Formats: sequence, structure tokens, C-alpha cells
Amino acid sequence: MQVISEVREPLVTGGKTIKDVTEDICKQVEAPPTKLWLLCFTGSVLTLAIGGLFVGDMLWNGIGKWGLNKTVQWAWDITNFVWWVGIGHAGTLISAVLMLFRQKWRTSINRAAEAMTIFAVMCAAIWPVMHMGRPWIGAYWVFPLPNTYGSLWVNFNSPLLWDVFAIGTYFSVSLVFWYIGLVPDFATIRDRATNAVSRFFYGFLSLGWDGSAKTWMHYEAVSLVLAGLSTPLVLSVHTIVSMDFATSVIPGWHTTIFPPYFVAGAIFSGFAMVLTLMLVIRKVYKLEHYVTMEHIEMMNIIIIVTGSIVGIAYTTEFFIAWYSGVEYEQYAFINRMFGPYWWAYWAMMTCNVISPQLFWIKKIRTSLMWTFVLSIVVNIGMWFERFVIIVTSLHRDYLPSSWVMFSPTIHDIMSYVFSFGLFFTLFFLFAKFFPVINMAEVKSVWKESNSKMYRARRTISNADVPKEDRVEVHV
Amino acid sequence: MEKEKHYLVAVFDDQDDFLHGVEHIRHAGVKIQEAFTPYPVHRLEDALGYERSLMPVAAFCFGALGTTFAITMQTSMMAIDWPMIIGGKPFLSIPDFVPVSFECTVLFAAFGMVGTFLFSNDLKPYKVPKIFDIRSTDDKLVLAIDLAKNSLSEDQIKMILKEAKAEEVYRKDFTEEENEGSFIKYLIDLFNNGVTRSSRQLS
Repeated sequence: MQVISEVREPLVTGGKTIKDVTEDICKQVEAPPTKLWLLCFTGSVLTLAIGGLFVGDMLWNGIGKWGLNKTVQWAWDITNFVWWVGIGHAGTLISAVLMLFRQKWRTSINRAAEAMTIFAVMCAAIWPVMHMGRPWIGAYWVFPLPNTYGSLWVNFNSPLLWDVFAIGTYFSVSLVFWYIGLVPDFATIRDRATNAVSRFFYGFLSLGWDGSAKTWMHYEAVSLVLAGLSTPLVLSVHTIVSMDFATSVIPGWHTTIFPPYFVAGAIFSGFAMVLTLMLVIRKVYKLEHYVTMEHIEMMNIIIIVTGSIVGIAYTTEFFIAWYSGVEYEQYAFINRMFGPYWWAYWAMMTCNVISPQLFWIKKIRTSLMWTFVLSIVVNIGMWFERFVIIVTSLHRDYLPSSWVMFSPTIHDIMSYVFSFGLFFTLFFLFAKFFPVINMAEVKSVWKESNSKMYRARRTISNADVPKEDRVEVHV
Repeated sequence: MEKEKHYLVAVFDDQDDFLHGVEHIRHAGVKIQEAFTPYPVHRLEDALGYERSLMPVAAFCFGALGTTFAITMQTSMMAIDWPMIIGGKPFLSIPDFVPVSFECTVLFAAFGMVGTFLFSNDLKPYKVPKIFDIRSTDDKLVLAIDLAKNSLSEDQIKMILKEAKAEEVYRKDFTEEENEGSFIKYLIDLFNNGVTRSSRQLS
């Protein structure tokens, strides 16, 4: 017997019936595209195209077009890579970790968050590919394929290769997890479709799903095991990303705190991105009864927790630099704070450590405007975090004669814009043609958490509910 | 095998009524062909008397295969086929092989299990779903009872279904063609005149 705390708000408000759930979500898919959507989509495609021109130019002429130099060999490319991968983590956290913890509030946000994960990982993957310079022969450098380029096999001692396996596995497993979740909803759309093309299209995607009890039973088992597999997977991905740095001997990188610190930062930025996107979807698709203030508040609380972990990690790093007695390490951190890139460091500190603390105030964490603004601030801060770690550690290394500054070229900037174009193009396509909320899962938690039942439960303790609204409940 | 199939379809609205209904129906000695629901109903598999899903076992086997594959691959490449000194590490540096072994385990387990799931439930893009009641992917919970497999008469079963609080009970017959849905036929029908009686009319 499921017992729900009486103080907990209902997950689906507005007295929605199960039929309303189908209606509200499917109508977005079935209706012709709105003007607003067309405008946003065109904007994204244009961004992608303009960014693509610069990316094409960069691939044609080589990555010398980027502002990299001999000392700073990694800058915006890897910053953007880590940033995008980090954003992806929230989707898996919502769909897998919260599933294992039986957090039912995740049901109405997991679909969009998982879509975000997949698109963010795709955006991340373009950076290492571009950085190869000649990506068309890159398969020999990243996959264990027999070749005659030199050392016969890829190097399994290198964290960069671990990354290939981690990101590859993460992307494909997330994609499968997401798709399996979509199948029952595609069947719902198929059975509602009144034109042949969409019935064929969604019928094809729904794999002939009929919702039989036997299939559901296996489906539930598969979802649970996939969640169990994805949980250590998502932790391993950012751990391995952090090892790209931590296994090197650059001051400011060579620390054991990196794996947990990166994972917390990833969840932090991912939840901020989920909030940015969900607030827009909720408004445009009028989903206020599904993504309620309760959901937003929960996510804001996760942002406080992970933001504080990140803050502690910054402090710990600083302390350990002093405590270790290694002068290079100490210099790296002093240089971060007061060196020529001081503004990046303080932007990171303000956005990541100070701004999320505002969410301790209930008024702010339940305000849509504040949440939206702070979610963007957090992502700016997280981009600066990666920039600070990467560029300030590299630009002044062991040899003062090679100390330089890094400044991005137009190709650096436009490649970043390109990744945004890719992300939003995919996301808008998803938001139009796929159900943005997992209907089957929302329906499965509907009974114990809709507002009518909720009021009924309240009648057990509160006699002030009007008699006609009372429903008999056997607890 | 019979060419035509005759079913009784019972439609329920509430999941608790449905669960109790299923228990009542099975208790009365009626064999249920299958239940169709728009969302997973917990404990329904127990009410219908299904065996536990063996999907986790498939995941374990494929996962073990993945680990074996990864360790074999890394050992044979790094230590046997082309040993190279990298950073003064031993050729067979097991700790370095852990991340890739873990990732391969997860990859094999996930894909193997999902593949098993799709295969064993016959889910494929060109499958023609056999739909008893179109509302079973929307909001209603549907039971299908194969009349040929029950010794009770149709009227007796109808009575039992009504007793079990079914909202609606009706008879549904499948012709041989509908029973063994052909994808080609489905496509032709779809673009000619809309599909079978079970589906919504195309506009």
C-alpha cells in the first residue's frame, strides 16, 4: 500500500482525468506548428547554418583557425565539451537515479530532461571530433581498429580513450532508455491519429505496441534494470571526463577531488538547463498542471545542494593547494584568483557559489522569474568554471618563458554558436513531434496523486472540505 | 489452428476495480487471454498469475559477456599482440583497464537486455498491432477473453464480467486476416481507406 504524506502537494493539479492527460499532451503533437514554433525553429536552423559556415571553414583550413597556441593547446573546445556533457547529466539523474529512489515527481519532467541529455551529449561529441582536425580518419584514433598508422592499437592506458568508451556508452544507453520510454506514448498517438502519414510514422516508431500486461511487465523490469545500469554509468562519465585532467601533471588539474567535484558540477548545471527549458515548455504548451511549482521547487533545492557541493570543492581545492606545500600548485590557485584571468574566476564564484544560495529564500525558489534568471546564471557560471580550470592552469605553466594569454577567435565563438544551433534545432523538433511529457508514467502515478484524491486524503484529517468533494478512501 | 477468433472484451475505468475484477474473474474459473492497459498497473502480473520477468537475468548474462569481451580485448591488444611501453607502466596494467571494462559491461547489458525484450515481445517497426479496444492506449483498462479457450458459455462469462464491475462488455470477432496481420496489407489499407474496424476513422 502506497502511503503519501499528507503535507505533500499533488503531482498533477487542476482535477485532470486520465483522458485529459492524453488530450493535453497529444494535442501539441497533433496540432499544426504554431507561428511561435516556426519562428524559434527557423532561428535555430539559421544559427546552425551560420555556425556551420565557420565550422566548415575551420575543418577546411585546420584548427589553426582557433585561438589555440603552443602553451594553451586546449581552450574553448574542451571547455565546451565538458560543459555540454555536464548539462546532459541531469536528464539521466532524473530518469534513472530518481527512479531508483521512487521519486514520483520525476514522471512529468523526465522525457524532456532525457531528450536534453541526448542532444547535449551530441553537442559535446562534436568538440573532440572537430579537435581531431581530420575527423574523417578519426575512427582509427578512437576505436580499436587494425591500422597501419603507427602504434597498432589505441592506448587503453589513456583517459582520453576511456572517454570515448564512456561517452559512447552513455549516449547510446541514454538513447535506448529514452526510446523505450517513448514507445507506449507513440502507440497512444498512433491510435489517435486521423491521418495516414502520422499513423504510419508513429505506428512505425511504436513497434506495434499494444499495451498487453505481459509486455508491460517486461517493460517495467527493463526500465528498472536500465535505471540501475544508468546510475553508475552517469557517475562514471563525468568521473572519466575529470580524469582527462586529473591524470595529467598540470598544476590545478592533478587532484583527487576532481571526480566527485565534476559530477556535482555536472548535475548542478544540468538541472539549471532543465529548468531553463522546462519553464519555456511549460509556458508555451500550457503544462502548468503537470510541471507544477512543486517540481520547480524540488529542482531548485537540488541546485542549492549541488551548488553548495561545488562551493565546498572550490574551497577544498584551494586549501589543499596551500596544505600540499607544492609551490606550482599554490601559484596556479593564486593565479586563478588574482592573475590576468581574475574576472573569469570571480564570475565563476559569483554565479556558482553565491547565486544559488538565494534559493534558500522560499519566495525566490518559488518564483518563475527568479528561477529562470538564476538557471541561466548558473550555466554561465559553470561555463566559466571549466574555462578557469582549463585556461588558467595552462597559460602559465612550469616554464615562465612560454607564458601566454589566450583569446578566442571568431571561429572559436562561432563553433560554440554552432553547437547551440544544433542543440536547439534538435530540441524544437523533439518538442513539436514527440510527446514532451511521459503520458504512460504520469497516468501510472495519477491515481495516488491527483488533486481529487489528495483532497480526499485530506478529509481524513481535515473536516473542512465540502461534503460533495469527499471521496471515500481506504487507507 | 482456428481461422477465426471470438473474444469477449471487458472495459474497466478504475485501476483498483480492474485489479479486483481480474481476481474475481480468474476465481470464477474464466481464462483471461490478455489484459491491455494504457499505463503499467502494479501487481497486475500477480493478479493474472504471470511468472516473474526474466529480463534482469538477460541483462546479467549480456553484462558478463561485455566484461569478458572488454578484458580479453584490452589484454590481447596491450599485452599480447603489440606490447608497448607507455609511461613506464606494465604491459598488463589491470587498473587502467577498469573504466573500459565497466563501460563495455553496461553497453552490452543494456543493448542485450533491450534486444531480448524487443525480440521476446515481438516488438518491431513493421508489426501490425492487434487492437481489441482502441481506448486501451488512452484511458481504459481492457480485458480480452478467448471464447474458444473457455468451457463456460458466452452468457455465463458476460455475467461474471458484469459482476466484476466491468463498465462495458461486448463481443469482438477477428477474421483470419485480422488475426494474422500482414504489414503490406496494413499499409495498402492505411493509404486507401483507413485501417480495420478497430482503428479510428481517418479524416
